[in-house]
Amino acid sequence: MNIGNLPFIVAALLVVLGLYTFLFKRNLIKLVIGITLIETGVNLFLVTLGYRTGGISPIYTFAPEAQQMVLPTPQALTLTSIVIGLATTALLLSFAVFVHRHYGTLDVRKVKELKG
Amino acid sequence: MSGLSSGFGVWNPIAWALLFVGILVVSFIVRSFGNKGYKRGTGQTKVFLSGNDEPETSNGLHVRGDHLYWGMIDGLSAYYRRVKAWHTGILSDYAAWFVGVLGLVFVILVLAR
Amino acid sequence: MTALTLHAPILLVALPLLGAFATPLVGKLGKGARNTLIGLIVLAVAGLAAMLAIDVFGSGGIPTVYELGGGTFTFPLSGGQVPVRILFEVDGMSAFMGLITALIALTGAFFSFSYWKERSGGNLYFSLFLMLIAGVFGMVLTGDMFNFFVFLEITSIAAASMVGFRVWLKQSQEAGFKVMAMYTLSGLFVLLAIGLLYGQYGHLNIAVLARSIQGSLTDMVALGLLLTGLAMKAGAVPMHMWAPDAYGESPAPMSAVLVVNSQASLYGLFRILFTLFGASISTGTVGWILIVLALLTIFVGVTMALIQSDLKRLVAFGAVSQIGYMLLGVGVGMAVIATRPEYGLVAMQGGIFHMINDAACVGLLFFASGVVIRAAGTRDLNQMGGLGHRMKWTSIFFAIGAVALAGVPPFNGFASKFLIYEAAFKLNPFLAVLAVLSSIMLLAVFVKAFQAAFLGPRSNTSAHVSDPSLGMMLPMAALVLVVIVFGLFPGFFVDHIVTPAAKALWLGRDAYINAVLGG
Repeated sequence: MNIGNLPFIVAALLVVLGLYTFLFKRNLIKLVIGITLIETGVNLFLVTLGYRTGGISPIYTFAPEAQQMVLPTPQALTLTSIVIGLATTALLLSFAVFVHRHYGTLDVRKVKELKG
Repeated sequence: MSGLSSGFGVWNPIAWALLFVGILVVSFIVRSFGNKGYKRGTGQTKVFLSGNDEPETSNGLHVRGDHLYWGMIDGLSAYYRRVKAWHTGILSDYAAWFVGVLGLVFVILVLAR
Repeated sequence: MTALTLHAPILLVALPLLGAFATPLVGKLGKGARNTLIGLIVLAVAGLAAMLAIDVFGSGGIPTVYELGGGTFTFPLSGGQVPVRILFEVDGMSAFMGLITALIALTGAFFSFSYWKERSGGNLYFSLFLMLIAGVFGMVLTGDMFNFFVFLEITSIAAASMVGFRVWLKQSQEAGFKVMAMYTLSGLFVLLAIGLLYGQYGHLNIAVLARSIQGSLTDMVALGLLLTGLAMKAGAVPMHMWAPDAYGESPAPMSAVLVVNSQASLYGLFRILFTLFGASISTGTVGWILIVLALLTIFVGVTMALIQSDLKRLVAFGAVSQIGYMLLGVGVGMAVIATRPEYGLVAMQGGIFHMINDAACVGLLFFASGVVIRAAGTRDLNQMGGLGHRMKWTSIFFAIGAVALAGVPPFNGFASKFLIYEAAFKLNPFLAVLAVLSSIMLLAVFVKAFQAAFLGPRSNTSAHVSDPSLGMMLPMAALVLVVIVFGLFPGFFVDHIVTPAAKALWLGRDAYINAVLGG
């Protein structure tokens, strides 16, 4: 199936939506969701880079002759990126929990003791 | 080996340090001409505030951190009001500046290409 | 070249990383065992970084290539071969950054042994410290774009955890969230840029990318993402606001390591501009972007430092402003690289020399401010005073760090700023005027801090303080020694380590590519 440039458009849309969420939402948890959206967009972009129409998974053992394979490197990159994203999201959410415990709010506009 | 040349200027810290030591020696010689009548623990060592008594403070400190350069900060108050208002401490603003600079850099780079 | 030197790049990353995960386990045996392990690791790391530097600076500028899991290929490759595995590539600039990291790792670890003795969470603290060091070494030694991103994220996670791991402190949680969010944002945009480059050229190796880069529209988008993302992680104004939060809220010795982390991002930026993109971009335009960022950073950083009443935050803003001098030096070098190269190299030398001077001075200041805050029991400069009567050595160390950072001769900060001033003046006198003016204001900032903390009459709050134990004094004294020696013999260090580093960036693009791919 030929999907053309659709995945790239979706990736860009996800990044933009994530940025919008990060800039204009006030809840810290929603900010983390925004970051996760950007991350998903970037991951989709990476994995799309390696996609070849009609390609099979890049395992040489028992691979059919003369069949095109998708590129393995972007998949490795995406996997690494997902793992890193898990760590950053977990860290951000645990900070959000402690911010709520200390400040009694998750409103990003009220968490501003460090200023000036 | 110790010197540094920028091609149009020269900086030699050893020569500078020797000069500094020389000035220090001269200032010590000048100092030795001074009045030797100083005595610890007498009225001489008291703070002189136009003849008034030294005002009481809670822990003996008069000049605190923020007292220094208040004149300069006051003179630049128009600048400082703006720059303090700019440092809001809100995460969304941090990110907004990042996105703004990103956009500006894109425009400049694409135009300059 | 010995076998140890050959494997030094990977050992510099592997040893601290291993130590980071071993620390919580060894910590169960007791503090002595843990500190012995960490001490051995940082000593080994410092030795390896020194060996690597001697090897690279001694060999006349040919980059060393290390292949992960390797041995099957000999570098440089020949006949159009391209490397598939991850490479570590060490040229003069990488070795120079390695020296900076090793200096702060060594002094920071030994300072922390005493500083963190009576506090809880020591295992966590040292574990994060070693992870941050491993990440920084990875960033400065790697020759692979994706690998660079991975190490960037390792430093991000370790640095943000370092800021906020004391969960009982209110403001450190706020700072931790902000720092992690901004680091993640910059990391994701860097990854996006790496994806764009991979999509065009099908490679991730810096040397291969550098050889094939075209300067197309997509490349410019990638450059914009990389430039802005890394400049933010270095703390350039107007994207600096996370930096004082982070430096101010992390434990005092760790603030110095965070500054080195920012410098590593700056290294990444320079590596990408000079080695990866090189002549395929409009160097004048990018140079001026750097110069504008630098001027903003210098001026806003120093003026904001002047109005702080929190000691850590004051030093933090001072550290932000110093990033601007490095950007200024390298920005001037970049702007004139094609047109007037005779003073471009001087500017590069100044900017790069300032990195190691800044690391030493800011490290010293953060260590000393940690000692001061511990002694005074507060971070508020309005509540301190008179500490100098009982803390003579600390006040002397603080004063030396402050005047050196403010560029007062004959200390090391002046030597590097002298080169920056002279070269910036040649490009545009206004740049030099602003740089000198900001340096003078930085001196005012530290006069304020010094006066507030150390001067004044003996008060009841400062009656029971004393200089810290030898374990904290010796690392500070070591940094003072670096400051003085670099200040008195700048010519020696500029000739032997700074110039090769500057030339590796400025002229070394072909050498960097040829070391992997062959002529």
